[in-house]
Order: sequence, then C-alpha cells, then structure tokens
Amino acid sequence: MASPSAVARAGVPGRRLVKSRRNTELVLVLAAVLIAVFGYVEVGVNIDGEVPSGAAGYGAALGVLALLAHGVIRWKAPYADPLLLPIAVLLNGIGLVVIYRLDRATPGSEAAPTQLLWSTLGVALFIGVLVLVRDHRVLQRYAYIGALVALVLLILPIFFPPVYGSRIWIVIGPMSFQPGEFAKILLAIFFAAYLAVHRDALALTGKKVWKFQFPRGRDLGPVLLIWAAFVGVLVLETDLGTSLLFFGLFVVMLYVATARSGWIAIGLFLAAVGAVAVGWLSPHVHSRVTDWLDPLGSIAAGQGANQIAQSLFAFAWGAVLGTGLGLGHSILIGFAAKSDFILATIGEELGLTGLFAIFLLYALLISRGFRTGIALRDPFGRLLAIGLAAIVGIQLFVVAGGVLDLIPLTGMTLPFIAQGGSSVVTNWIIVALLVRMSDQARRPAPAPEPVADPLEHP
Amino acid sequence: MKSRGPEARSTGGPQGLPGISTTGRRAGTFCLVLVLALMGQATYVQVFRADSLDDNPANQRETIQRYAQPRGNILVGADPVTGSAPTGGRYAYKRTYTDGPMWAAVTGYSSQTYGNTQIEGVEDDLLSGTDSRLASWALWDEITRKQNPGGDVYTTLNNAAQQAAMKGLGNQTGAVAAIEPATGRILALASTPSYDPGSFAGSSTADQDAWNKLQADKNQPMLNRALRQIYPPGSTFKVVTAAAALANGVVTDIDAPTSAPYPFVMPGTTTALVNDTSACDTPGQSLDQAMVNSCNSVMGYLGTQVGLDKMVAMAQNFGFNDAKLDTPVRAARSNFDTAMNASQVALSSIGQYDTAATPLVMAMVAAGVANNGTVMYPQLVDKLTKSDGSSVQVMQPAGYRQAMSPTVAGQVQQLMTDVVETGTGRSARISGATVGGKTGTAQQGIDNSGIPYAWFISWAKPSGSNQVPPVAVAVVIADSNATDVTGGGLAAPIARSVMQAVLKGN
Repeated sequence: MASPSAVARAGVPGRRLVKSRRNTELVLVLAAVLIAVFGYVEVGVNIDGEVPSGAAGYGAALGVLALLAHGVIRWKAPYADPLLLPIAVLLNGIGLVVIYRLDRATPGSEAAPTQLLWSTLGVALFIGVLVLVRDHRVLQRYAYIGALVALVLLILPIFFPPVYGSRIWIVIGPMSFQPGEFAKILLAIFFAAYLAVHRDALALTGKKVWKFQFPRGRDLGPVLLIWAAFVGVLVLETDLGTSLLFFGLFVVMLYVATARSGWIAIGLFLAAVGAVAVGWLSPHVHSRVTDWLDPLGSIAAGQGANQIAQSLFAFAWGAVLGTGLGLGHSILIGFAAKSDFILATIGEELGLTGLFAIFLLYALLISRGFRTGIALRDPFGRLLAIGLAAIVGIQLFVVAGGVLDLIPLTGMTLPFIAQGGSSVVTNWIIVALLVRMSDQARRPAPAPEPVADPLEHP
Repeated sequence: MKSRGPEARSTGGPQGLPGISTTGRRAGTFCLVLVLALMGQATYVQVFRADSLDDNPANQRETIQRYAQPRGNILVGADPVTGSAPTGGRYAYKRTYTDGPMWAAVTGYSSQTYGNTQIEGVEDDLLSGTDSRLASWALWDEITRKQNPGGDVYTTLNNAAQQAAMKGLGNQTGAVAAIEPATGRILALASTPSYDPGSFAGSSTADQDAWNKLQADKNQPMLNRALRQIYPPGSTFKVVTAAAALANGVVTDIDAPTSAPYPFVMPGTTTALVNDTSACDTPGQSLDQAMVNSCNSVMGYLGTQVGLDKMVAMAQNFGFNDAKLDTPVRAARSNFDTAMNASQVALSSIGQYDTAATPLVMAMVAAGVANNGTVMYPQLVDKLTKSDGSSVQVMQPAGYRQAMSPTVAGQVQQLMTDVVETGTGRSARISGATVGGKTGTAQQGIDNSGIPYAWFISWAKPSGSNQVPPVAVAVVIADSNATDVTGGGLAAPIARSVMQAVLKGN
C-alpha cells in the first residue's frame, strides 16, 4: 500500500519505506470491540444464565465509536501508530463491561450508561483534536494561557462542596467533573513548551554546588512557580494522587529535557520530605499510610476489614485464573468499587492472567507514546509525547499500586477503565494527541526536489 | 556520547549531555519498570498471599461460597432430617431441620454465624460440597471453579429408637445412647433438654437472640449429654467389675459363694463399704446374688481382688480413658483412674470415686457383653454419598477390643439377665424378649446432697434367639422431678421402650 513516493531507496536520506498500517489498525480495533462484547455476554451468562439483551446494542455502540475514530485517523492521520486506537478502544470497552458488571451488584445506581455517554464524548473530542490540531506544534503557542486555564480549573473546586473528603469536583446540577484531569494535559503542554525553549540554559548555566549544578533562577523560576502552585492547590484540596502525578510528571520531563540526573535526586528528596510532612500533618494521609503498612491491622483491632484489605481479598480470591466476570464479590469493597478500586474487580474476576493482560496493554500504550516522542524531531513534540505517555504510566502506577498495597492509596482513576467522565474524556484527548504526533513521526518526509539521477538517465 | 543516528544528532543534548532520545528511553524504561513492579506485586498478592487472605476471618468470600448452594443432607434411614432454605440475603442458603430438637444430639448445628458442630462439623466438607471426593474431575473443577453440590450423610440411627428415647426422657435432664452390639452402629443418641439448631442457622439478629438465649440457659440445652458429658456410672459399672473378676479367675462360678467378707472394711481404712439393701449384708455372697441385689461390699471387694491393673485394662476395653473415641463425632473421655490405692480401687469398682463415663461408653459396656465379649467401635455414620446418591464412602463395622472370652461374656449375660428377671432391673422386662441389664444410682454432690444420677444399661433379644442381641442401651437421668430417684425406677423404663422399639423393627 506504500505510495510510490514512499518507496525506499537505499542511500537516499529521509526516504524510507513507511507503511500506514491502517488495515492492521482496523483489524485490531474490530478485535478489541469483539473482546469487549464477549466480556459483556460473559457477565450476562454468568449472572443470569443468558446472553444479555443489551449485548448487540452495546457492541454496536462501541463498534460505531471505534470505527468513527478509525475513519478519522485514516482521513486526518494516516501514518499514525496503529496500536494506539485499538488499545484505547479495548481498555475503554473492558472498563464499560466491568462497570456494567458492578452495576448488576448495585441495583438502583447504574453507572455504565453514563460511562458510555462520556466515552462517546471522549471519542468526539478525540475526533475534534485530530481535525482541529493539524500540527501539534501549534499547541506550543498556547502553553502559558493553557497553564493559567489549568490553574483556574484547579482552583474552582475549592468553591464547591467537598465530595468524599476531597475538593476536586465541580458539581453543576446532575453533572460533575474533575477539572484536575484536564489540567494534567495543559500542564504537560506547558512543561514541554517551556523546557523545549529553556533546556539548554537549564542544563548548562548556573552555579555548581558540590556535585549538583543549579540552574539560574530566571530559567527554572517560572516552571517551579507554576508547578508549586499546582501542587499547593492540590494539597489544599487533599487530592494527593493528582499532586503525586504532577510531581512525577515534572521530574520526568525535567530529566528528559536536561539529562541532569541530579535533579531526580533532589526531586525525590523533596518528595520524601513533602510526603513525610503531609503524612505527619494530615490525619487523612496518615491513616492511608497506616493502612498501607498494615492493611489487615484494622481486622486485628476489631474494626473489620478496611478498603485496602477488602481490595486485597478480592485480588487473592481471583488467584491466577479469576472467578469469571460476574462471579466475584468485589462489591464488598463498598464505596468507589467502580472507580478507584475497579482494578480489584478485574483482579478477582479475570485473575492474575487478566490483570497481566491489562498491565501489558498499558505498557504497550506507554511504550508507543515514548517511541513517538523519540521518533519526533522537534523538542516540543518529543517532550510532549513523552510527558503524555509518562502521565499514563505514573497514573497507572499510583492507582494500581494503591489498590494492590504496593504504595499508600491516594485515590485516582485507572485510565480508560474506571468510572469517571472527566477521566475518560481526558484519556481520549491524550490518545488523540499521541495519534497526531505519531502520524507526524512516522509520516514519510516530503518527496525531495526531483534531481537528475545519473542511473535513471544513463 | 553514543551516536544514535541522524535524529539523535539533530536534537542531541547540549554539549556532551545525552539527548532526548537517550533520556526519553531511560524515562520510558522507568515507566515500564513501574508496570513490572505492579505485576510483581499482583503476583505476590494473587499467588503467594492468596491462601492466607482467603482464609482471613474478615474475608466473607469463603462464607458466601459455602452458602451459595443448598447444603447436603443428614439422613436417618432414607429420610432427611435436615434441609436448606433460601435466605434472600448475601448468604444464599441456610440450614433447616425437620425436627431440630429430636436430632440435635446427632446432627449438631450448622450456623452461618456460629459455625458447625458434630456431624454438621465433622462432615462439613462433604455437606458443603468442598470435599475433593465429590469431584468427578478434580483438576478441571479446580480450574473452572466448579462447585460440587453437597453430599449426603446417611446415619446409622434408628428412627423408632430415637423417638422412644426422646419421648422417654421427656422433660427430665438426661441422655440415651443405644448401639447395635454386633456392628457398633449407634441406633439412638438423645440428650435432654434439647434445642432447635435451626433457630440460629442464619445470620440475622433473630438468630443471634436465639443463640444468646440458649447460651444463657442454665439447663444447658446445647450440651450433648450422650456424647460429651461424663457422669459417675455408679452400680452399672459393676458389670465391668464382674467381667474383670470372671475373666481373671477371681470368680469362676457365678452361683458359688465368694470369699467376700461382711462388713467389708476397705483396705488401709476403717470405713466399711455400705450396701443399699440388707440382702447384701452377709459374708460369702455369690457373684450372681451380689449383682442381682447390687451389693457394694461384694463388688468393691472383688475389685480389690482383681487389682488395679486388671481393672484398668478391663475398663479400657470398653472405651474408658480413650480421649479419641470418634464416632466420628468425638466423645468425651470417660475416666477410670490408673493410679489408685486399694480403697480407691474398691470405690471405683462400684462406679464411684473418680470413675465417670459417657452414656455412649456405658452402652459400649452393655453391647460388649451382648456381643459375646467383642466390643465394636461405635459408629454414627453409615455411608457418605454424592448428591446423586452414588457412594463416596461406606463405613464397615470395626472391632474395638476383645474385652473377654465368649464364655465369660455368657456368664456376665446370665448375671445381667438375672438382674432384670429377679433383681433391681425388673422394670425393664419385655414379654417375648430376653433382657439383660444393670441399674445404677450414683451419688453426687457434697455429702451426697445432690440429686443422684439414675442409670440403666441393658441389652435385649427376642426370646430363644441364638443371635447377638440387636440392641444395647445406656440411659442416664441427671435431674428429674421424681421423688424416687433410682436407676430401676427412672432409667430402666426408658431403656425398655428404646429396646422395644428396636425389637419391633427387627
């Protein structure tokens, strides 16, 4: 399918054989939809003993969304990485299935229809991004205004009532969303834009103290200020997961841009100091740390199993092969079973096997993001792609590590899978940006000016 | 810096520092390491910690799974005495009992809140369906997490005998154990006051209230007096002493005068062993006379003549001092001291001092004599089956001890028959049947201030039958409103109706 202009010619720089891989993507997308529909059917068969009546509708909805997104990629980003969309569709589809399954255990509070609606909006925004953003470098212009908007978005929830102890929600009537989710994209864009311009100055100038070279205040100042504002707001809102994500994103992008490993050491040291301080001062965080260190402690204390213990029980019950969808009891986790703790349901009903599959899908998505970053030519694009991929990786680690008791629980949504409109929409935008940039990275260079080729004109 | 091709050069890092291609790869590797850490932790939790987390008492999953399906049944004959009922709650099914108080001493209870006891406890794996013997394809079932329907437990019990035992005990405090002597099959196992195990089978507050009420009841309705309580056997133990005297040659002819003195002053003391009737108050009584009149002086003297070691050996032949007598429900350890002086041996030989027995073991005494000296292992379970009726395990009769020779057994049988024909056990007589028995009225309390325990042990067979008697029984009444508390008066009629019920069925 390679166009004649893309035919490789040995020794001609910038001209490689590039396949668009769109048909591969189509097959994978259809497979992803089929897997999700199969999961939906399994839930019905296991709970009711029959194929659920909504299976065809669900499959059609997911299929139409996926094919629409695929069509737009063919139209607007024909050289995009063929794995990004299928992975997004599969994760989103599995998320819908698991939420539907949990709905069956919580009659009266169905979340799957809303989630499907948000997924539709997410795909719409995915299409919108691909259509409107023809070249990712345009985003560089809006870096500062974007950071400002993000800060406003983050501050707004302070004026709304807290939900479950965190002021991270904006509630308007029946609608509610978490602006922090959108803010992370804007922040990644800002970091990428700023670091792309200032990376040399940050890396090379400044005073050297002992082994570490500190950049000049005027180079690092603005970015440090923005970052501190973000983290400060989030600590005020007790949204520790997101502040951890922002902090991790900042350190990773700073390192990638400047190659100064000293900054990682300083970053980690500051993070440790901050973590100890917050753990000391905030009873909310302190209890999270206690639960992390001894998840079964509340049982010994006669207070019954806490959420982490219930989460571990769910994972353990799933063992290697899982109970099968619909046959577990992860609903015992109680509050947030469909959002923060949704991975426990996957662990219980799909087992370690299913969990590994999910983790590998994320690993693939993340590595494709990093590859895109490395393959791009412009520093802004490179940093942005790496930043977006790192967001997925860090967020996965924070939420999955939390429910698996690897790190203290901080409360975040599992990308694409967990219930939460803002989260799903944001992740679709991230994938749209990665698709856009991967198209840029894989697109063959424009055909060079025709030159007289001695071989062709002997 | 390592060259990474044109793109790396074009955006390479400033002055000798690695470029984004390199740092990006490192950051990417870091993210993948994070995912690897998650996979490692998931493996740790789901594989290595899985069992301990599954078994955590705060984890409801095993309980939910256990009650997800109807429990297998416990049957008497071909009829289930248990059932299962849907609860509509998280624990889908709970145990029901067709006549809870009637069979409580056999079944025990199966409660969602308070666990499982007795047959419900011992055979829990089978009843709940987790027993690996229920699986047709164990490995495949394991992989697919198939739950096998609970299996059934067929008991050895005889419905008519149990009904007779419970009816006879009525509202007195006591217990009955009946055994088929030739096989050791337990035919009746009754304890009163009883309770309804179905009243707290679920997990509601009503279940908790019922349980708390039973626990607080000073009459201890949940105590299984037939298996789990020991009482001084009193004169019923004289059967053991007689068997020991005959088996060890202390007495050879049951009708010949013995060397027993009167009064019998216990060795090392100045106390004479007193009798309940003046018929005993002459020296040289024969063993038969001593048994018929239940003479303490003669039997205490004969016990000292047999000696501690041989008395211990004979008592242990019938199940005394066995702490692991599993029917399969474990019986409490019946006691006959192994270190005593001569006066203590004398007292123990008439079922006093530290001697104490479960009704089950005293039934084994009667059964061993009836079965020509061979004591059979007492068994409560006949067979275990899958839910479709196919057999999982069939119990075979098993010998426990050869307590005495058939000749000696015949002599003891004669003694017991005479007790019922002419002695203290006359109220156990059954027309058309040969009955052998022994009464007992054991003192209790300080200075014998308490209400005595009324005992009766016996066996019966159709008159003229050469077969082993089909039933042996032990009855104890621990508390009654009756004015005349004696084994012959209170316990013997109950034993009689139980034996009649079995004889009628044969």
